[in-house]
Amino acid sequence: MAAAVPTQARSGAEAPRDAAARLALVELLLFSDDAEECARATVDWLAERGGARKSICALIDAESGTLKHVAAAGVSDGQIESLHLALEAPDHPLVFALAGREPVSLGERRAPDSWRSDFLAIPLPLSEAREARQGLLLVSPARCEPEARWAAEMLGQKIARLRAAAATAESAHKVQRERELLLNIVNASPDPILLTDPEGRMIISNARADALFSSKEGESEGRHRAVTLNNMMFSAALSRQAIDESGAVRRELLLVSPSEGSDLLFELLSSVVQHPREGTCVVSILRNVTDLRAATEQIEENYRRLRLAEADVRAERDRLDLIIDSAADPILVTDSSGKILLMNSPAERLFTAPDLDERAEAERAVRSNDAHFSSFISNLFLTGSGLRWRGEIPLTDPSTLQPLPVEAVAGKVMSEHGEVTAVVTILHDRTEAIEKARLYEQLKAASEQLEEKVREATAELVRRNELLQRQHLELEQASQLKSQFLANMSHEFRTPLNAILGYTSMLLQGVSGDLAAPQKNKMLRVDSNARHLLSIINDILDISRIEAGKMPLHLEEFEMPALVAELLAEVEPLIQKSRLQTLTDLPPGTALVVSDRQKVKQIVLNLLTNAIKFTPHGQVKVMVREDERGGEVNIAVEDTGIGIAPQDQDKVFEDFRQADDSVTREYGGAGLGLAICRRLAKMLDGRIELQSRLERGSTFTLVIPRKGKGR
Amino acid sequence: MSTIAPSTRRPIVLVVDDFADNREMYSEYLSFAGYDVIEARNGLEAIDAAQKRLPDIIIMDLSLPVMDGWEATRRLKADERTRRIPVVALTGHALAGHSKGAQEAGCDSFLAKPCLPDQLVAEIRRMLESGKAAVTTTKGAS
Repeated sequence: MAAAVPTQARSGAEAPRDAAARLALVELLLFSDDAEECARATVDWLAERGGARKSICALIDAESGTLKHVAAAGVSDGQIESLHLALEAPDHPLVFALAGREPVSLGERRAPDSWRSDFLAIPLPLSEAREARQGLLLVSPARCEPEARWAAEMLGQKIARLRAAAATAESAHKVQRERELLLNIVNASPDPILLTDPEGRMIISNARADALFSSKEGESEGRHRAVTLNNMMFSAALSRQAIDESGAVRRELLLVSPSEGSDLLFELLSSVVQHPREGTCVVSILRNVTDLRAATEQIEENYRRLRLAEADVRAERDRLDLIIDSAADPILVTDSSGKILLMNSPAERLFTAPDLDERAEAERAVRSNDAHFSSFISNLFLTGSGLRWRGEIPLTDPSTLQPLPVEAVAGKVMSEHGEVTAVVTILHDRTEAIEKARLYEQLKAASEQLEEKVREATAELVRRNELLQRQHLELEQASQLKSQFLANMSHEFRTPLNAILGYTSMLLQGVSGDLAAPQKNKMLRVDSNARHLLSIINDILDISRIEAGKMPLHLEEFEMPALVAELLAEVEPLIQKSRLQTLTDLPPGTALVVSDRQKVKQIVLNLLTNAIKFTPHGQVKVMVREDERGGEVNIAVEDTGIGIAPQDQDKVFEDFRQADDSVTREYGGAGLGLAICRRLAKMLDGRIELQSRLERGSTFTLVIPRKGKGR
Repeated sequence: MSTIAPSTRRPIVLVVDDFADNREMYSEYLSFAGYDVIEARNGLEAIDAAQKRLPDIIIMDLSLPVMDGWEATRRLKADERTRRIPVVALTGHALAGHSKGAQEAGCDSFLAKPCLPDQLVAEIRRMLESGKAAVTTTKGAS
């Protein structure tokens, strides 16, 4: 300030002279609020009114730290350019001048060439301290110093004021912008943020917080209530927190959504802030954890399910393991390269070496098994396009070293993308099957041999059968011929016999006149012999009929006692002639029998006539006995006749046989009667039994079933 | 032997048999017993005689030359003139088939040889009386 005094004094002395001119500049500066405009006005004023030929105004640019030309008059462009310089160059005469207390004449200083004239450098403003200087005013010639000094002071003050004002405005604007940014940041936060006093009254709140805690006129009643409730809850939460006041505290706060009315769960994080002006404040950040909690619950539920599923899977796997292990057949699971992933214990027995170290052969067997199995699996991929592959593998049992042929069935396990994830192979011991097949083959061979023998035997049998059939046919034909022959013979015999009997009968009847006694006697003998001949012919015919199967049976039910009575009546003439006594022994009742009455009668009649014929004196007895248990009936004819020797008892039933030839001669008869009886009895499913003692008598008994043939 | 009542004519019996001894034996006995007898040696002769003389009864042997007794009986029974004449079959074939065949041919009765002359007369009498049972029931002893 002391340095400025002479200048002020000098300019003060000259003031009255240029008062009007100075006023003009003051006016200009007063009404301008632009630094450059003021600079230009000052430079122009110096050129016009201050007597300066050249003048330049350069201002400090605080941002770039340089001195910049603003306005000039009467100066070359090169000079203007050289004025542009950095303030960090302290040796530069202009920088030096800028810090000086007095205007600096550049001619006195070692100035750059362009300034080696009578330029005077005056700091703007000179009156202020170095820090408050705004620039330099350069004028030439130096004699216009008083006007330039004054103008520089005016301009300097003016620019200082302008710059101060500009700085203030800039600062206020910046604060405003920062505030807006801060609010934007706060509002941009998805969480409600509030600044309140300790009682919960709002100082600052973001939009999210407003949505929860403030309402406006005209909004719904529900929303008002919700907001009121939320404020109460919030205050209560804060007051509880205020008590402990130990830094930031987290707690849960249940609020109501004013827009939807649903419960919202927030996590409240608040911290106390000491503000120099506002005092104690509370910053609260609310975080909506409604969804979070739901999500947490969901996650917990999912986790629980996962655990359950895992347990299920584990149980399933355990079960599967158990199943696989309990399978008697070896099961192996391999990957597509044939590496064994899993196998059950029967498989382990084949594919892992036993611990017993002395078994080198067992190890060899295991290695061989491995090789065979790998080859099987690779075959599956080479040739098997299907999911399954069946093959036979010649394994060896490592424990017994016996060959173990197995049938292997492999199945590919495919992933969703059609890649083979694993191969499951089941081996089945074929030893037994092979042994069975071998036995079966043996059996088959034996069976074939047997069949061959049977075929041969059958062929032989057929041949023999044919022979037999032919023989049978021949026999039948022979039999037929015999029967036919006998029938014809019978006819041929009967025709002449018919004439003999007829004429004899006529003679005996006296058709040709009465006969003398000896004639009649002889005619009777002719008649008797002819009748005997006829009976022989009839017997032969009967036998041939039976033999030829031409004796039909006629079964009927009849009473045996009645039949016996009928028989006795028929033989009555013979009995009278023989003077024998006849007796009957019949059961009480009707004694019903089912049989062929005609044939029973023929048999018993034959037995009866035989008995009478072979009994010279004594009695003939007919007895009927029913044998209930055997279902048979016996008809016995007992006589007191000559009897039959034991050795002859079988013979009497033979054809043309009597006990001996002498009997035939004595008693006559063809000896066919008992033979026929025996055949007839057989036809009736019966038999004839004989008991006899020589000279004491015989008993012939016909035994037949009571209920007919084949009962 | 009783005879037919004198007021009536003697019944005509046709005896058919190829064996002369039997035919003549029956013929003689039947004449003796009071019948008019005509004879035939085979089936054809029998039909001829039956048609000419229309006998009261025919005694038919079955085994005959030229035409057998079965065929002759069938023809007689098929002929309106002779069909009402009773035919007694008489045969030495005693097999069951013969009597059955005779019945089928139309024979009214069947006798097996040997058949004594008085048995034959008894049968003839029985047949004739059953044929005109309404007229007379006379029955002689055999």
